[in-house]
Amino acid sequence: MSLQLDNVTLSVRGETYISDASLTLEPGSFNVLLGHTLAGKTTLMRLMAGLDRPDHGRVYLDGRDVTHLPVRQRNVSMVYQQFINYPTLTVFDNIASPLKQARVARQEITRRVEETAAMLGIQHLLGRYPQELSGGQQQRTAMARALVKDAELVLFDEPLVNLDYKLREALRVEMRKLFESRNTIAVYATTEPAEALALGGTTTLLHQGRIVQSGPSDEVYRHPRNREAATLFGEPPINLMPMTIQGGECRIADQRQALPEIWRSLSEGDYQVGIRPHHWSLRPLSEAALRLPAVVRVAEISGSETFLHLAHDRIDLVAHLIGIHEFGVDQALDVQVPFRQLFVFEPGGDLVLSPPSSRSTSPGVRGDL
Amino acid sequence: MKTYNNKAWWLVLPVFVLVAFSAIIPMMTVVNYSVQDIFDPSTRYFVGTEWYREILADPRLHDSLVRQFIYSFCVLAIEVPLGIIVALSMPRRGLGVPFSLILLSLPLLVPWNVVGTIWQIIGREDIGLYGWTLNSLGLDYNYASNPRDAWITVLVMDVWHWTSLVALLCYSGLRSIPDVYYQAARIDRASHWAVFRFIQLPKLKNVLLIAVMLRFMDSFMIYTEPFVLTGGGPGTATTFLSQTLTQMALGQFDLGRAAAFSLIYFLIILLVTWVFYTAMTHNDDKG
Repeated sequence: MSLQLDNVTLSVRGETYISDASLTLEPGSFNVLLGHTLAGKTTLMRLMAGLDRPDHGRVYLDGRDVTHLPVRQRNVSMVYQQFINYPTLTVFDNIASPLKQARVARQEITRRVEETAAMLGIQHLLGRYPQELSGGQQQRTAMARALVKDAELVLFDEPLVNLDYKLREALRVEMRKLFESRNTIAVYATTEPAEALALGGTTTLLHQGRIVQSGPSDEVYRHPRNREAATLFGEPPINLMPMTIQGGECRIADQRQALPEIWRSLSEGDYQVGIRPHHWSLRPLSEAALRLPAVVRVAEISGSETFLHLAHDRIDLVAHLIGIHEFGVDQALDVQVPFRQLFVFEPGGDLVLSPPSSRSTSPGVRGDL
Repeated sequence: MKTYNNKAWWLVLPVFVLVAFSAIIPMMTVVNYSVQDIFDPSTRYFVGTEWYREILADPRLHDSLVRQFIYSFCVLAIEVPLGIIVALSMPRRGLGVPFSLILLSLPLLVPWNVVGTIWQIIGREDIGLYGWTLNSLGLDYNYASNPRDAWITVLVMDVWHWTSLVALLCYSGLRSIPDVYYQAARIDRASHWAVFRFIQLPKLKNVLLIAVMLRFMDSFMIYTEPFVLTGGGPGTATTFLSQTLTQMALGQFDLGRAAAFSLIYFLIILLVTWVFYTAMTHNDDKG
């Protein structure tokens, strides 16, 4: 079962929600929709599900045009940010409700509900009511309801947002396992780049109703198509600085440097460089590196990481450092980053050069963000 | 060393005074009347529970109590489902919302005795819209002479007057249901009935509780409308408890008996309301 969106556009009262989105989702794939709040993630999901109809464009399911097929006639399920369960039904009846609507035999219902509940670790709660459950258990119930009917398309609209950190980690790991052996298309909307990378699969970047880039998650992360994609896929967002190549020299911000080896192939002119916050280093590096004097504005310490907000001249920068580092406000220091880890963009924003992947560490690891 | 002072009592004193004057003192006065036989302020005899025993054995009261229960039951049985249906069919957005809200609030702004007067005229077979229409349809309708017609008119009057209240309460309850619930139901392919039964009705439970209690208490104490419309007649067809009580207290000036009656009346309302409340909230923890 594959899902294809073909130049889909939706606007409500003159406001564009989704503009010209084309996307193909493969059967058995896990697809992350990544974008800020109001980027159009939910709207795109509603279009996929058939809850809304596009103004223009078509939706195909396995090559069949389903643009005007209402959601009741499709085999879709959805999990929401809020924990949506039927309040007067027990967990068992909640999970069974889609099967009852489909008139599945009673024994079969019992078997599948118990199987799905076991998969999500809520088999001991089947007799309870939603209000007697914790948030995590309520969301597991909602997820079980979505998974029990073997839908062709399962949509997750920021399902973990309202859960505490630990539960999110645990459920996120389970999510991938649940879909490994299925032939279902899973779509997962999130605002967090780290979640997109942790879930793997493919990532589609959305911004203001447009699809910015789509592809395998680490591929999109390592080779963002343009400045916008690089900025969206990273938290804190990528640092950007102007760069000019002229006469065998390059100038980044106001720093003159000899043109590094890996930039030899670039023609003379104006560019922009992008530096992922976690690539900054405070220690001198042995390889060819950009070295930038900066002043500390704020140091945010969160657990075992430090987010260092810096200013160089009039450019604001963020460095993401592992470990706890103490800094004074207005303290002057040098930050550096190897040239090979710099992204280079055209003035128009398109990517010219991304760091060679063979030498960079795997971006799937959380600490690498 | 802790220092104690009792100044806080001064802060709750106003409440005590207010409750004393609004509830406890009037109530105790009634209790006082109900156990005495008073001829004039200086000639009074303690009679114990005699008035209560007489009241409980009075067939006139039995009749109006039965009438009252049937009436309240009918009011609830009509107004609650009708109110829900009206609320469900109201628009959810657009210009229709303020329009229908205002339209529904209008009957609630009309005072009781005016409602009675309005229906007294509407129900007349010579010049009233309702009475004339019914009669010209070949139905023999006359609320002034036919007990059944009078009874129905009082009921219709109450439905006209108060269904809006139930509808408005339900509408506010329906509006508080997030849209995702309906979405989830559509994805589950739930029928309209299932949406009502498993989403809307459970979410309406709290406002329905308020609606049922308000409508029960008000309809159980109905006085003005039937009094204005028919004066409790024809015969005693529309003589409800409060009118019987008024006749007894003011018409016959039978204070002791009336006092005993009002206490029993009060206890009945309290009891029924408590039963409703308990029945509707007893499995609250389940949902």
